[in-house]
Amino acid sequence: MALSKKITRSLMLGAFGVALAIPGVAVAQDAGAHAAGLTGNAETGKQYYRRWCVGCHGKEGNGEGENAPYLDPKPRDFTEALFRWRSTPTGTLPTDQDLYDTITRGVVDTLMPTWRPLTPQTRVDLIAYIKTFSPKWQTQKAGTPITIPPEPPQTIDSVLHGRQLFDQMQCWKCHGPEGRGDGPSAITLTDDKGEPIRPYNFHDGTRFRCGETNQDLYKIFMTGLDGTPMPSFADSLKPQDAWDLVHFLRTLQPNVPSTSRTVWLDYVKTHQGQIKPMGADAQGQ
Amino acid sequence: MRTKFFVVLFVLGLASSAMLVTAARPAASGTITGKATFTGTPPKMKPIDMSKEPVCAKEHNPPITTQDIESGPGNTLQDVVVYISAGDQGSAPATTTAKYEQKGCQYMPHVLALQANQPQQIFNNDPVAHNIHPLPKANSEWNKSQPPGSPPIDTKWEKPEFIAVKCNIHPWMHGYFAVMGTSHYALTGADGTFTIKDVPPGKYTVTAWQEHMGTQTQEVTVAGGEAKANFTFKALPY
Repeated sequence: MALSKKITRSLMLGAFGVALAIPGVAVAQDAGAHAAGLTGNAETGKQYYRRWCVGCHGKEGNGEGENAPYLDPKPRDFTEALFRWRSTPTGTLPTDQDLYDTITRGVVDTLMPTWRPLTPQTRVDLIAYIKTFSPKWQTQKAGTPITIPPEPPQTIDSVLHGRQLFDQMQCWKCHGPEGRGDGPSAITLTDDKGEPIRPYNFHDGTRFRCGETNQDLYKIFMTGLDGTPMPSFADSLKPQDAWDLVHFLRTLQPNVPSTSRTVWLDYVKTHQGQIKPMGADAQGQ
Repeated sequence: MRTKFFVVLFVLGLASSAMLVTAARPAASGTITGKATFTGTPPKMKPIDMSKEPVCAKEHNPPITTQDIESGPGNTLQDVVVYISAGDQGSAPATTTAKYEQKGCQYMPHVLALQANQPQQIFNNDPVAHNIHPLPKANSEWNKSQPPGSPPIDTKWEKPEFIAVKCNIHPWMHGYFAVMGTSHYALTGADGTFTIKDVPPGKYTVTAWQEHMGTQTQEVTVAGGEAKANFTFKALPY
């Protein structure tokens, strides 16, 4: 009897030891996370994830949480490791800082709020945990952030050249000749999951989902929004040309005051009837 | 002195690689040939409406149809990828460039078979912009714009898989990259036939893939000469 008690006790002790060891094993693919000068821990992040994120993004991180059926757009599926708002080239993983910035900023016009109320450490822990949902974080490194040269002055020449590029690059096929998101291909667009998706309407919006600075706008078309129809133009646009395009795009935003828009409106006043139409109209279609 | 040493090394290297190649390809290597056909009623391929891109619409009179199933007389199937899926004793990576073209708002070829890590080039020969958007699972997805007059896009794929490719600007554009883990593969021609060359003697599992009808496999034994493998897919009207 005494012997069996001893055995039971040692068995229990053993089980306790295993239980202690499990937390280290539970998040086996912990690649860590480094952002905002902090280091994230996936095991800690898991606790926060289960509290704040699981409702939409789901226990498995596949974007199929309890609330997901009622949401549009759908919550991000982390198992694909495919992210839209990156500082890195198309086809590469984002940096931890990119993910941190998305959590911090929230996503305009969606149900994803800003998570500034959580401490920076909590947010970095969450990043570490989110990275355990796809094995890609084990086998690939984050891409190298693209280099953005200093912004040149917002002059009418820059704006006009940007306008020419908007036509040449055929941005209007989706975004429409006036940037209203009503180009000929607009209604057919879907994201990678087959969900309908709209091109950005520059007239309505004030902020972009990836931020609101000119650098953010530059990044959108030079990295592409992976998982959406928006491609990267890094192979077709020189950095200086990209800035000209940024300046032109700013003229399409009546709700966002900018030097570009002011110089463009002045130009329009003095050049009535001389501005060539763009898009299908320009091709007589 | 030093250069001499490197020259000797280089020559030795060449010699040894030449030996390896001969060793990997015994004299008695054979071929696997056959035909891909289907039974049943396949869905009808629909004419593509390119009126939103008049430049391309003009190039196709009468309009081309969708290419999910490209069948010929006698229910033969074109663009079926036939490859050794098991039993292959390693193959040399191809160094030739696999070329993929966008012409008339259409992908040519519709299915491009290439090896993993083989260099690939994508051309836009249209006067309109395309975006090339491959949708891989095992490899990394990307999406690049290619306005008219752009240089070709250089790429390669690390892992074998069948990758659907689309252009978001022209939603009818649809094709495949068949990334192979072997050099022993072939695509069926317009008459549905294929030939896999230079197969060393041995037992193999051969798989045939058709984008709409899925895959068929069979065991094939190659003992020099010609081994036969015909594949019959089952077509459903949807």
